Amino acid sequence: MCPISASAPAPSPSPVQGDDFAVELEGITKRFPGVVANKDIGFKVRRGTVHAIVGENGAGKSTLMKILYGVQRPDEGSIRVDGKEVNLHSPSDAIAVGIGMVFQHFQLADNFTVLENVTLGAEKLHGIGDAARTKIREISDSYGLDIDPDALVADLGVGARQRIEILKVLYRNARIIILDEPTAVLVPQEVEELFDNLRGLKAEGLTVLFISHKLDEVLSVADSVTVIRRGTTIDTVDPKSVNARQLAELMVGSQLPTPETEESTVTDKVVLRTEDIVLAGGAATRNVLDGISLTIRAGEVLGIAGVEGNGQAELVEVIMGMREPTSGLVFLHDKDISDWHVREIREAGVAYIPEDRHRHALLLEAPLWENRVLGHQTEEPNAKGGLINAAGAKADTERIVRDYDVRTPSIHVKAASLSGGNQQKLIVGREMSHQPKVLVAAHPTRGVDVGAQASIWDIIRTARRDGLAVLLISADLEELIGLSDTIHVILRGRLTGTFDPDTVTAEDLGAAMTGATGHEPGGDVDQPSADASAHPGAAPSADPGADPSVKPSDSKDAR
Amino acid sequence: MNRINPRKALLGIAAPVLALLVAFLITSLLLVLFGDPVGEVWKTILSWPRPRQLVQIINEATVLYLSAIAVAVGFRMNIFNIGVDGQYRVAAFAGALFAGQAWFPGPLNVLLTLIVAMAAGGFWAWIAAYLKVKRGVSEVISTIMLNAIATGVVQWLLLKVAVKQPGSNTISTEPIPESSQLEGLALIPGATNKVYTLIVLAVAVGFAYWFVLGKTRFGFDLRATGQSESAAVASGVKVPRMVVTTIVASGALAGLIGMPLLFGQDHSYGTTFQAGLGFAGIGIALLGRNHPIGIGLAALLWAFLNIQSNALQIQAGVATEVVNIIQGTIIFAVVVAYELIRRADVRLEQQRVARELANAGQGTPAQEGAPA
Repeated sequence: MCPISASAPAPSPSPVQGDDFAVELEGITKRFPGVVANKDIGFKVRRGTVHAIVGENGAGKSTLMKILYGVQRPDEGSIRVDGKEVNLHSPSDAIAVGIGMVFQHFQLADNFTVLENVTLGAEKLHGIGDAARTKIREISDSYGLDIDPDALVADLGVGARQRIEILKVLYRNARIIILDEPTAVLVPQEVEELFDNLRGLKAEGLTVLFISHKLDEVLSVADSVTVIRRGTTIDTVDPKSVNARQLAELMVGSQLPTPETEESTVTDKVVLRTEDIVLAGGAATRNVLDGISLTIRAGEVLGIAGVEGNGQAELVEVIMGMREPTSGLVFLHDKDISDWHVREIREAGVAYIPEDRHRHALLLEAPLWENRVLGHQTEEPNAKGGLINAAGAKADTERIVRDYDVRTPSIHVKAASLSGGNQQKLIVGREMSHQPKVLVAAHPTRGVDVGAQASIWDIIRTARRDGLAVLLISADLEELIGLSDTIHVILRGRLTGTFDPDTVTAEDLGAAMTGATGHEPGGDVDQPSADASAHPGAAPSADPGADPSVKPSDSKDAR
Repeated sequence: MNRINPRKALLGIAAPVLALLVAFLITSLLLVLFGDPVGEVWKTILSWPRPRQLVQIINEATVLYLSAIAVAVGFRMNIFNIGVDGQYRVAAFAGALFAGQAWFPGPLNVLLTLIVAMAAGGFWAWIAAYLKVKRGVSEVISTIMLNAIATGVVQWLLLKVAVKQPGSNTISTEPIPESSQLEGLALIPGATNKVYTLIVLAVAVGFAYWFVLGKTRFGFDLRATGQSESAAVASGVKVPRMVVTTIVASGALAGLIGMPLLFGQDHSYGTTFQAGLGFAGIGIALLGRNHPIGIGLAALLWAFLNIQSNALQIQAGVATEVVNIIQGTIIFAVVVAYELIRRADVRLEQQRVARELANAGQGTPAQEGAPA
């Protein structure tokens, strides 16, 4: 675990000024008819500290944050900010008392400059001209955010965009900043930079509320950790006194299963192969995909690591037939499927877990059994000739619900009614139900709870043993290292390095992902590299033993 | 397992009833505000229709039903075919022109005319489909333009082929031969007029709509595309092809709208041929929630209001156009109500699922999978 950097004031857990709390929550209860989203939540956040809130998906973190940010009102309980009881009716009330929120999905207009983005909606504060520009520079300098007010957002990377979001909140005079899963979109080096920024904020006396389920990160940056389970606060602990496993057990409420070890199952039978795939970008921009050749064998999990937006999504779309490459070929076994349409490719046995399940894998307002048909409209048991076989599909949905432990009262409820993890289990179950030969899985466990994550990993591992070829794309480096047999790094549309998951560390991967290492001969390494190399080896997951629970597998130990 | 959910049924009925009440209130308020006799107006509109009017209502509803189904096909795929109005006029003209030639004997002539009309309506809609798929032109814009163009084209061609009706100023296409005219069905006892024979066409179209959309793979693809285009693409639907098929199908159905009128009443296409049916169809499809039976009820309500309002001028001294206010407010209210109910439904179900799972979890802690 990283020690707190020296620049920060000691986050002394000793009760120096016992009443110096920025935020105090007491007895917060939020009921929706029949459901209690939050019950009797209570914790205190000391001023000038980073306070983490951890919990599984669905534990009630987001409801709590919405309450703190004035989006929803609690049914019971009180919120005190700086010792004064407040009544938050809307986000503007929250901003007025100095609470700001940085959302997981950035809310920035790409074609606007930083200045325009920051002043948007806050024109009254410092206008939209030089006064605002000066103010932005001032904030940027005093918190070390390194942001140029006149830069175009479209030109900036993910890390910089996040700093703009933070700056936006500071510009609106927030003294308490809520960050919702801020590291989900960052590579390890960027995470460390973010943490430096957070320590900077803390040093200036600001308070940071940090929501996450990445426990090693929480342990490295937080001064205090509150665990939420099933809508209520379980405990507030000192990160120095617990390890990630204990924290995870607090979160889940039970002992965690230890992943079993496994032998390699890679065969020499090539199942999926791409040959020199090129996908041209717009005029005068570089290729989105540039000569991608990869081979996946039966029983092999091929992992693709990369910072989001380096061509992974496009590669998947090309393989699935959703996008026509400029040149290059895709082979399934020995058949050239480059010109096949999505439906033919899926019928031929390519299963697909899309990265955005709401956009690409589900009809949210359709019942579960119709979602079981989706993507396999022409296949047994969903179809009979030109007709949909509703009875067959329903029966099979019951089976999937049973076998894959999809928690639902019925197969007739809408997909939108299920939690993310259960939606994903339904999708995985559906895709595994047609004897797939290849599984294209993009971020298969993104946004799902620990339990669902473990079972999805199990499913992939079992299928791999049975000879499935898997293309795994993930931003979760632990997942990649744990599941893959081979890892390729994709950078600016090119495969720039191949790693053996037995020996590679998350930091190596992170460096390669940002182009900081020499894996790309003569590579056009520019802006991200400077950032990345500034913190070598400082990735948050530096302690591999700290977090066995959230690691897909230590399977490679056996090899 | 395929049970009817009472909560859902209740919500489904509540919305239109609420919308009707709101429309009733707003219209009453307006009438009072402008000093019109509220009581008289409602008495006239809400009186039970006489047999003759009953037939008129059924006939009007038949035509409106076809129009609304044509619109609904597009709606199910998130396509706003505002061009039904132009499509049915082009198709009615083409059909009347064809039928008037009497190239084929009686019933065969009717059947072939239906096909010609569907082809004409489908073609007119295809222009919009082509522009949308190939050029990215919104179908809303292009179909509105095509409505205007349809008016011009039909007028222009009508002048070229028209025959003058003896003893009147109106012009029309050659009347269809008597052997192809459908005199109607005497369904309502005591009425001198008859129900359009082609009411069977409306019923058949309604059934086909239900079957194709609800039971076939094609219908599934269409609905999936309407619910989430991105998910449809990922599931293997060829969306551009789907767009073209749907718009053309919508146009072809629109082509049928004028047929009951042509064969059962007008016997030719002329300047007096009923206009505006396509726009009414949009409202009725909304009110009927794109459901084949819902649309049927909505069409009947619409026709009821239309026919009953005819007597307003005489009996209440109020302009018949009051009925447009009623219909307009119904649509507004219903659109708002449906959206509110849709959101409430999603939320309630999420809560119900959460609750049931929580209960199940407490009852049998180690349970896996779904409780029945």
